[in-house]
Order: sequence, then structure tokens, then C-alpha cells
Amino acid sequence: MTDATLNTALTGDTATVWDATVRDYVALLKPRVMSLVVFSGLAGLVVAPGHLHPVLAAVAVLCIAVAAGAAGAINMWYDRDIDALMERTRNRPIVRGRVNPDEALSFGIVLSIGAVLLMGLAVNWVAAGLLALANGFYVFIYTMWLKRRTPQNIVIGGAAGAFPPMIGWAAVTGDVSLGSIVLFALIFFWTPPHFWALALFRSGDYQKAGVPMLPVVAGAEETKRQMLVYTLLLLPLALAPVALGIGGPVYLLTAALLGALFVLCALRVLRSRDDKPAKQMFGFSILYLFLLFAVLIGEHLAV
Amino acid sequence: MSPEHPIDTDMHRRRRGKNLAVLAVLLFLVALIYVVAMVRMSGGALP
Repeated sequence: MTDATLNTALTGDTATVWDATVRDYVALLKPRVMSLVVFSGLAGLVVAPGHLHPVLAAVAVLCIAVAAGAAGAINMWYDRDIDALMERTRNRPIVRGRVNPDEALSFGIVLSIGAVLLMGLAVNWVAAGLLALANGFYVFIYTMWLKRRTPQNIVIGGAAGAFPPMIGWAAVTGDVSLGSIVLFALIFFWTPPHFWALALFRSGDYQKAGVPMLPVVAGAEETKRQMLVYTLLLLPLALAPVALGIGGPVYLLTAALLGALFVLCALRVLRSRDDKPAKQMFGFSILYLFLLFAVLIGEHLAV
Repeated sequence: MSPEHPIDTDMHRRRRGKNLAVLAVLLFLVALIYVVAMVRMSGGALP
């Protein structure tokens, strides 16, 4: 019996042949999302006061990456019905019939538990606990509870993506302190304008899938106003690491400049009737966070 | 036994790729846990 006929026999679906390759399993881990998660986790690790052996630091970053990917795989398992309806997600491995949904779920659970255990055993259990909390938050609170129920889904759910620098910090210090809370808050307040920029030019997709993103529920104008509010809140918040001694003068200048540009992006989106400024703002938001953390890391490594 | 069908060889190639990936991950984990154990037992004295 070949794999194909075996799969057909198991699923009872004559059209289903799970012919996943290694690349499909890698795609389940959402590698593009993972890269920003890893980078922010690394930033928390580098700027935290104290010292962690480089090998253990590498293990901490690996655990953050694997756990984030695992949460992505579980998200793809749960959302496979709506992923099939949206242009942006219709090529995901489960939707394309490349990976068996049950296998994707098992893959995500095993990697999640493995990453948390390795973090606890190799680094410390505070970082492991935060990692478990972040994954649980993303899967249970965001994916299963909020995403299909409220337009505030990504506001509250954004907390899941804000954990990595806090985890990196805890890997070094073994605690949660004001510095790590500020880094958490930075990503937390960055998430709504980032995702709503995407939702603005993909609102048709979300509407088709029945996901109550803010532009679908409250309209584009209200979304644009709220995006501006969040970028204005983010402007002083991004300067807070300087007051806490985490960021230096280069960070201060970068955060002020990037923050002002982010507000300008939001204003352009607010005044515009087409999708182009929202697309540009989405791209800029990724660059914004990447550069802020890059400068934080650079300043600490240069000292 | 039926003669080898193209879908079988394709399937086997993919399965072989997955098996090799699992092997690589397992070997990496063995090496990683060994190095972590050494570092932790040395109390950070190892470079």
C-alpha cells in the first residue's frame, strides 16, 4: 500500500493525498513572522542587565523561535477553514492539502512543549513560564477566543507577540522588571497600527472569512483614526527605554525620528482614500520595530 | 508486487527527505543537550 492509498483509506477522502515535504513543515512555522519575533527576543536578551553564557543565550533564542513557530502551526491548524477563504493565506500548507491537519496540530504541540521544557532546563523556569504563557495566549486567547469574536482581537491578542523581548530579558535576569515591561509595551502598542494597516487593504479578505477586523466592523475611517491614536501613544512610549537606561542617545534620536515618521504614515493613511498609504505604512511598521531593536542591540554591543 | 510506479518513487523521495530532516534534528538535539549540560555543569567556566 502506498502512502497515498493509506492516507486515502485513513481519511476516507479520495481527493486527499498528504504529500508534505520538509519545506511544507517549515512553512507551518511562519518563518517570516518568526524572524521579527526572534529579533525582538534577542534584543531583550542583549539589553537585559547581567550576563548569560553565549551557548545558553543561543538556546534561549532557539526556544523563542521554535515556540513562536509552533504557535503558528497550531494557528494554521485551527484557522484552516478561514485560511482557505482568504487570498493572503490560501497557499498555506494545510489549505493546499500538503499537510494533514492532525499532523500539523501534533507538530505544533510537540514543538511548543519541547521549546518550553528546553528553555526551563537549559536557561531558567521564569523564561520558560513566560514562553508557555505567550504560546498559550496566542493559541487560546487570540486564535481560539478573540480572533473571530471581537474587532479588538489584535489589540488584546497583540500581547502574545509582545512577550519575546520579555522572555529574552527573563532568560538573563530570571525576573520580570520595568525594563522588560517597557519593551513589552512597545510591541503591544505597535501591533494595532501594524495589523490594521494590513486589514485596511485586505478588508475584503477578512469580510469574506467573517473575521471581525476593525475595518470590517467599524469602517475604514474609524480604523484610521484609531491607528493614529496608537502611533501617537507609541511616540513617547518608544522613548521610555532611554529614561530607564536601556537606550542611549542614538536610540533616542532613532526612536524620535521613526516615531514621527510612523505618525506621518498614520496621517497619510487618514487623509487618503486608496490603499497605497496603508500598504506603505504596513511595510514601514515592520522596518520601524526592526530598526528600534537593531539600534538597542547595536548600542549595547558597541559599549 | 507491482512494478515501481512514478508516484511511489516520488513519495519515497519525499519520505526520505523528511526522514533525513528528522535525523538531522535529532543529532542536533543530542549535540545541543550535551553542550548545554557541559556549560551548566561548569558553572559558566567554559568559554
